[in-house]
Amino acid sequence: MILDWLLPVLISVALLLAVAGMLKRISLWRAGQPEKVSFFSGLMAMPRRYLVDLHHVVERDKYMSKTHVATAGGFVLSMVLILAVHLFGVENRWVNYALLGALVLMFVGALFVFKRRLNPPSRLSKGPWMRLPKSLLMFAVSFFIATLPAAGILPENFGGWVLAAVLAAGIVWGMGELLFGMGWGGPMKHAFAGSLHLAFHRRPERFGGGRSTGLKPVDLTAAKLGVEKPTDFKWNQLLGFDACVQCGKCEAMCPAFAAGQPLNPKKLIQDMVVGLAGGSDAKFAGSPYPGIEVGKAEGGPNKTITEGLVSPDTLWSCTTCRACVEECPMMIEHVDAIVDMRRFLTLEKGSTPNKGAEVLDNLIATDNPNGFNPGSRMNWAADQNLRVMKDVKEAEVLFWVSDGAFDMRSQRILRAFVKVLKAANVDFAVLGDEERDSGDVARRLGDDATFQSLAKRNIAAMSQYKFQRIVTTDPHAFHCLKNEYADFYPEGQKPDYEVLHHTTFINELVKAGALSLEEFKGGTVTYHDPCYLGRYNGEYDSPRELLNELGIEVAEMERSGFRSRCCGGGGGAPITDIPGERRIADMRMAEIKETGAELVAVGCQQCTAMLEGVVEPRAEVKDIAELVADALIEGDAPVSKKNGKQAKPNADKRVAEEIL
Amino acid sequence: MQPDKQNANLRIAALVSVGKHPGSGRARRAEQDARAVEMGLAMAPQGLEVLHAGDPHAEALRAYAGMGLKKLRILQQGENADAVPALSQYLSETKPDIVLTGVRAESGESSGMMAYLLGEKLGMPVVTRIAEIVSIDNGQANLLQALPRGQRRALRVPLPFVASVDMAAATPRQSAFGPASRAEMEAKAADVEVLDEVQASWSEAPARKRPKRLKVVKAKTAADRFKAATAKSSGDGGKVLRDKPASEMAQAVFDLLLEEGVIR
Repeated sequence: MILDWLLPVLISVALLLAVAGMLKRISLWRAGQPEKVSFFSGLMAMPRRYLVDLHHVVERDKYMSKTHVATAGGFVLSMVLILAVHLFGVENRWVNYALLGALVLMFVGALFVFKRRLNPPSRLSKGPWMRLPKSLLMFAVSFFIATLPAAGILPENFGGWVLAAVLAAGIVWGMGELLFGMGWGGPMKHAFAGSLHLAFHRRPERFGGGRSTGLKPVDLTAAKLGVEKPTDFKWNQLLGFDACVQCGKCEAMCPAFAAGQPLNPKKLIQDMVVGLAGGSDAKFAGSPYPGIEVGKAEGGPNKTITEGLVSPDTLWSCTTCRACVEECPMMIEHVDAIVDMRRFLTLEKGSTPNKGAEVLDNLIATDNPNGFNPGSRMNWAADQNLRVMKDVKEAEVLFWVSDGAFDMRSQRILRAFVKVLKAANVDFAVLGDEERDSGDVARRLGDDATFQSLAKRNIAAMSQYKFQRIVTTDPHAFHCLKNEYADFYPEGQKPDYEVLHHTTFINELVKAGALSLEEFKGGTVTYHDPCYLGRYNGEYDSPRELLNELGIEVAEMERSGFRSRCCGGGGGAPITDIPGERRIADMRMAEIKETGAELVAVGCQQCTAMLEGVVEPRAEVKDIAELVADALIEGDAPVSKKNGKQAKPNADKRVAEEIL
Repeated sequence: MQPDKQNANLRIAALVSVGKHPGSGRARRAEQDARAVEMGLAMAPQGLEVLHAGDPHAEALRAYAGMGLKKLRILQQGENADAVPALSQYLSETKPDIVLTGVRAESGESSGMMAYLLGEKLGMPVVTRIAEIVSIDNGQANLLQALPRGQRRALRVPLPFVASVDMAAATPRQSAFGPASRAEMEAKAADVEVLDEVQASWSEAPARKRPKRLKVVKAKTAADRFKAATAKSSGDGGKVLRDKPASEMAQAVFDLLLEEGVIR
């Protein structure tokens, strides 16, 4: 029979071509900048990362996870067995049966892929991806029939040369997609690039339930700062772009995309692929950047990205909310890439849009984004009688005030928090005028030089004093202090304190009985998760527990927890202010309204500002610190649950110390 | 203002100083000087030389370089040296077509005299507070001079000239860290270094806050407020002298100065 000699030839040719394509692809990635990875332990960890960590993300969509397990599992298994049976000529009945079983599994999986593609949601890319289920089916069916004679189910010469020719055609199609296409940039590229991406991921801490969200520092002495061309990315970032399956989960979550700003995370990653391989985006078959036509963008490995491939406005639309990264089943790091490109625009080109330049100048000259006199940082607390570190040198808790000190609305949150701290007799102090902006905005706007300068000076200020914990009401400062400052400690030193968000801290105080609270008397309440508290730091529970302590049953929004939608205030987005069709804050307020909430509890002054910027009528916006401060029962000294002893106000032995 | 071929041979010197932020007192790029550099970059990016007399290691100078300059020329001299002799010596050698300065420095004497003293020494006309160089043709520059309340005066000035740049000029482009840190600070000792004795005899202290008269808003409507903000100042008693014999006009000025008690 013709297939007896044709099949091994076809398989060998397809494999050889696939390998050649893969080598070509690898050379494209290697054009990126060097980055150290642990090569062997990465490869060793890859199966686990794929089967456990990646599966956890895919599992959020049960339909797709099962479909993918069947299809991919069936394909990998059948491919191994095809090599055994049809290339190496293993003649074992059971192996043949196993192969048939694997192909059936793959076929069933592919049927579900096919079904999904009958009426695909808009987030899915079309084009070659519409062909994929057919190719999968063709592969499974062709090999199934071709294996039947070997398994002894059909006679050797069944069907004659007509069937053989048809099968050969089907096999060429199937292997063309699944093997050749894997190496040469077809949809199946994701399997090859994806597995290597998992092995050499730039943030291996993310696997095994960990979290890695702090941006990587820029080497300020480098010849070029930030990413201008695709080859300026680290090689494993380029590899990561190639792993994209164009599922569009990022697109569905992106607040800027929903607001009609010219950003679509999926398109951005595909444009990076266009950049690394060279060519145009004409073949892109997904949703465009809102307002920008597909097909006009061109790029190459050594062409400036923002000249022809991606508009700077696309990069500046991002709020760095990390919703795309959280959602990505391939664990691609969109935000890292965006900030890398912003760094070039800010640090090399000096083209931060709108108020960006002014804010950065202010941060350089006055250590706060609005150019206020740095000596007036403590004016908000003129009547608060706060202890300043310069005087006391030591305290249990350092209260990181943040730039909210300059904003009248945020000052109300700060005052509320101080009231809570005092009620719980917490031994705390502030840095006063020695505190500077955390550098969050500068860093997200790409100005790592200013961020590093602020971070180093803040570290120097903090290093003079003794404290065990930092508590802040600003999740952005919280994130910087907790996840990003460690890179900037002087050689041989590292932070020796714990950083807490005020909701976590107040929750601890309440649990330890240091505060007595009355029931909340109001209507329905919902809670808005700040991105930099939730997705960046995994704190979803404390704010909710605290609200429960107040007797509030949180009416959750559809997008909450790790799927919370950004308020629009992150990443310097209000400063760069890229126009869209809607405002992100308005969309968020609409979601709040859907819950029927009369009040939305937040844990971030930036979210407060954004949500209160929505025109009335709308839900009232209050920080959790304000809700707790309102519910405080005062005069009545709090009772520590631990020893039941009555704590005296102003006593040296403070109740709070016991719980710290 | 797009640079056109016409300006290919134009040579501009922009004089820059170390500024001082009014809130924090921290050294920075001075706002007016930065506008002078911006004007130079827009007019003749090739023929622009940015010049500073003083300490070549002053970090704030790099903020000018971050606007996209390959290098800054620095006439190195001591802290208490007078900038005018060094600058005028250098400029009389290089003979630029246009010398741009700020109106007044943000630190030091801040007398606002630089443009005048340079003009005197170099024998060039001085134009104060310009907002824009519109064009240059036949060895003459068409300028817009900034007047209060957004008004502009069109001037035509022969090259070469010294001009001070007003805050009304185009806002300076952003200073980028990368080019700033890589720019060459080409320092050479100033040919002449004259100790600024007047300044040396002064002592500096922060300004005392003075009581301010409360602004009483008389306007009742938005239209009134708009009018108040944009109307020409209606100082009376002014007199415009034009197309009269020079001696007559000089006499009128002399009489006024006498009347006001400026001269006796």
